Amino acid sequence: MTTDNEVVLEARGIIKTFGNHAALKGVDISFRRGEVHALLGENGAGKSTLIKIVTGAYIPDGGTIHLEGQPVSFATPQQAQSLGIGTVYQEVNLLPNMTVSDNLFIGRQPTSAGIVNRKATDEMAREVLSRYGLDIDVRAELSTYSVAVQQIVAIARAVELSGKVLILDEPTASLDRHEVDKLFQIIRTLKARGLAIVFITHFLDQVFELSDRVTVLRNGSLIGSERIDALNRTSLVRMMLGKDLVQHHHTPVEGQAEGGETLMTVRQLGLTGKVQPIDLEIRKGEVVGVAGLLGSGRTEMARLMFGIDIADSGGLHIDGRERVVRSAREAVDLGFGFCPEDRKADGIFGDLSVRENIVIAMQARLGWFKALNRDEQMEIAGNFIEALDIRTASADLPVKLLSGGNQQKVILARWLATDPRFLILDEPTRGIDVGAHAEIVRMISRLREDGLALVVISSELDEIVSYSSRVVVMRDRTLVAELEGADITPSKIVQSIAGQAGEPVAEVTA
Amino acid sequence: MNPRYRPLAATTIIFVIAYAICISQYPSMWSTRVLGNFLTDNAFLGIAAVGATFVIISGGIDLSVGAVVGLAGVLVAVLVSQLGVHPVAAFVIVLAISAAFGASMGAAIHFLRVPPFIVTLAGMFMARGLASILTQDSIPIDHDVYRAISGLYYRLPGGGRLSAIGLLMLFVFLVGGIIAHKTRFGSYVYALGGNPTSAALMGVPVARTTIGIYALASFLGGLAGIVYSLYTSSGYPLAAVGMELDAIAAVVIGGTLLTGGYGFIFGTLIGVMLQGLVQTYIVFDGTLSSWWTKIAIGLLLFMFILLQKLVFSAQGRGPRLKRAPA
Repeated sequence: MTTDNEVVLEARGIIKTFGNHAALKGVDISFRRGEVHALLGENGAGKSTLIKIVTGAYIPDGGTIHLEGQPVSFATPQQAQSLGIGTVYQEVNLLPNMTVSDNLFIGRQPTSAGIVNRKATDEMAREVLSRYGLDIDVRAELSTYSVAVQQIVAIARAVELSGKVLILDEPTASLDRHEVDKLFQIIRTLKARGLAIVFITHFLDQVFELSDRVTVLRNGSLIGSERIDALNRTSLVRMMLGKDLVQHHHTPVEGQAEGGETLMTVRQLGLTGKVQPIDLEIRKGEVVGVAGLLGSGRTEMARLMFGIDIADSGGLHIDGRERVVRSAREAVDLGFGFCPEDRKADGIFGDLSVRENIVIAMQARLGWFKALNRDEQMEIAGNFIEALDIRTASADLPVKLLSGGNQQKVILARWLATDPRFLILDEPTRGIDVGAHAEIVRMISRLREDGLALVVISSELDEIVSYSSRVVVMRDRTLVAELEGADITPSKIVQSIAGQAGEPVAEVTA
Repeated sequence: MNPRYRPLAATTIIFVIAYAICISQYPSMWSTRVLGNFLTDNAFLGIAAVGATFVIISGGIDLSVGAVVGLAGVLVAVLVSQLGVHPVAAFVIVLAISAAFGASMGAAIHFLRVPPFIVTLAGMFMARGLASILTQDSIPIDHDVYRAISGLYYRLPGGGRLSAIGLLMLFVFLVGGIIAHKTRFGSYVYALGGNPTSAALMGVPVARTTIGIYALASFLGGLAGIVYSLYTSSGYPLAAVGMELDAIAAVVIGGTLLTGGYGFIFGTLIGVMLQGLVQTYIVFDGTLSSWWTKIAIGLLLFMFILLQKLVFSAQGRGPRLKRAPA
C-alpha cells in the first residue's frame, strides 16, 4: 500500500463567515485517492460548513479549492456532483415514494421518442446494485426498504454520478451493528477502487476501524490532520475537546458534595437503539454534569427524563413511586424543566415577545381557562428580566432580536417561572459570547445553591468541572463513568470519554 | 399487490359495486346510452381533472381551474361570436393564453416561494374577474364548426353515442397517463411530490418542472373551457364555478394522495366516472334533490381520505416530519 496517495480534492485557506460569526477560519484539508478520511469535531466546529463548501452548497468567502490540481469553484451541488464529488447525507436524501431504479436514474433514464424505457432502466439499476452486493426488486418503492438499504442506494447513486470523491455525512447514525459492517465492507471496496472517501461520524470506534486519516476541526479552525496510526483514542478526544491539560486548577464544588436529599432515582432508564439503561441518583442542591461526545447518548438521556422520547425500559423513582414520564406535559407537572440544545429550533418562540416566552410554560401549567392577564404577565416577566439580568429594551421585544446569551436566559426564566425542582440544561452555553457565558455558569451555581437539582450537558469540560458536584460520562449510548470529588478533572473526563483509563495522560498541547 | 395500487383498486371496486347496485335498481342504466352520456356530460370535468392530478401528485394544488374554464369559454365566445375569428384559431389562442397563465402561476410559486394555494387563489380571482369584465351575460356561439363538432359522434352498439368531446376526454386521459408514467417529466412530477429538497439535490429541474405542471394544468383548464363551450354552445363567465373542487375530489377519490407523491391518472378517470354515476342515479331516481350528489361525493371523499390514511399509515409512511435527536 502506498502512503503517498495522489491528492484528489484539496481546499486551502477556506474562510466562511455568517453574519459576524466566523464558521471557518482558514481551514486546509486534502483528500487522497483510495483513502478513508474521517472528519471529526463537535457541533459548531465547522464540519458541516466545510462539507457544504466542498460540495457546492455554500460559496466560501475566501480560500481555494483544487480538484485534481485544477482550481474549481462550485455554484451548485449539481456542479460539484458532475465534477466528481458525491455526497450522502445523514438523512437519506432520496425519494421514498419512487422506485429504487427511479432513485438511481431519475433524469438520466434511457428514453426513445420521449418515452422512458423502464425495462432498460431497471436492468441498469440491477446491474449497479449488484456491484454493491444488493439483490433487491428495483421496481419496489424505496420506502419499502430499510434505512441501511436506502443508504447503499444513496451511495451507489453518488458513486455512479460522481466517482472521485464520496462524502458520507454520519452514515451510520441509524444503523445497527450488522448493517454498519455491511456498509464498511462497501466503503472498503470503494476505497480499493480508488475513491477518496470522507467519513463524518461521532463514533470513535468507527474512526479507528475504518479510516486511514483523521482531521479534527474545532471552532472553525483546523486542529490537526494525522494518519490514524499516529493517534490513540485519548489524544483524539483531546484534539476534539481542545483540552490543554497542563495547567489546570480545579476546586471541587464546595458544600453539598454528598449532602442534599435524594430528589429522584433514575432506574434502568433506556430506549432501545438510543440509550442503554442508565442508573443515576439526582439530589437536591446538586449539579450533575454530563460529559460525552456528540452522539454519545447524552441528549437522548435528557429527552428520556423529560418525556420527549418515551423510555422502553426502566423509569424514575420520584415522590415515593415508580413512573415513566410519557410526555413533556407530565414532566412539567412533576416540576421538571428542560432547556434544549438547539435553542432556535426547540427552545424559543422567535416572533413572540420576551414576556410571552417567559410565561408560556407557566401558562401551560395553569391550563386553558386560567389565563394570566397582561399585568400579571408583565409582573412575572419583569421580575425575571431583573433577576436574571436579561438585556432587552423592553419585555415586549421579539425574542429573536436578543443575543444568544439573553435568549438562553429567557428560556431559563421560562422554567424558573414554573418553580421547578429539577432542571435539565442541554449545552446551555453554546453559541454564547464569553461574558454571557460566565454569567450563565454563575447562574447555574446559584440555582444549585438555591436547592434545585440540575443536570447540565456540556461539551465544555472546564465549564462542567467548574459547577458540577458529580460528573457522569456517556460513551456509545452508555453511561460509562460517574466521577465525584477530586476525580472531577478534565483529564479524567477525557480518559473516560476515550475509554482508555489505563493509558497515561500525555501532556500534549492542542 | 404493490400497496401503491391499493387506493386505485379500492376506487375501481367501489365503482363496479356502485354501478352494479344502480343497475339492480334501474336495469336500464346498463346501456351504452348511459355510458356515452357519462363521458359527454363529464368531459370538461375529466379534462380539467387530469391537470389537477399532475398538480396534486407534485404536492401542489390548483384552485384556478374552474375560473380558467369560465375564462376560456368566454374568450372563445368573444373571439368567435363578436370578433369573427375562426373557431380553430380561437382554440389555439385560448389554449396559448391558458398555458401562459398557468406558467406564470408556476413561476410565481417557484421563484417567489409563495404557496400554490395562495398563488392559484389569486389566479382564480383574476381569471374569474377577467371573464366577468369581458361579458356579464352568456354569449351564444353559433358557427358551422361548432355545429359540426357537436354533431360528431360514434354510434355505439345499443344506441349510445360516443361524442367527440367524450372521445377527447379519453384521449386526454391516455396522453396524460403516458406523460405521468412514461416520461422524464412525469418522474420529475412524482419526485417533487415525494420530497422537493431531495429532488433538487438529485438534479431534478425544479423550476422547469413546477412551471410545466401549472402550465399543463391551465392548458387543460383552457381545453376544458373549450369543451364546455362546445357542450353548451355558449360562453358564460360564471360557468364551472367551484369546479376546481369537483376536480380535486375526483383526483382524491381516484386514489391520488393529497399530500403528493402517489397517484394515477387512470384513477382520476374512475373518480370522475364515480361522480357521474351518482348524478345519473339521482336523475334516474327522479325524486331526489340533485344536491344529494354533493352529499354522496362528500361521503366518498371522506371515505377515501380515511382509506388512504389506513393504507399509508399501515406502512408507517405518514408525513415525513420526524427529526432525529442530535
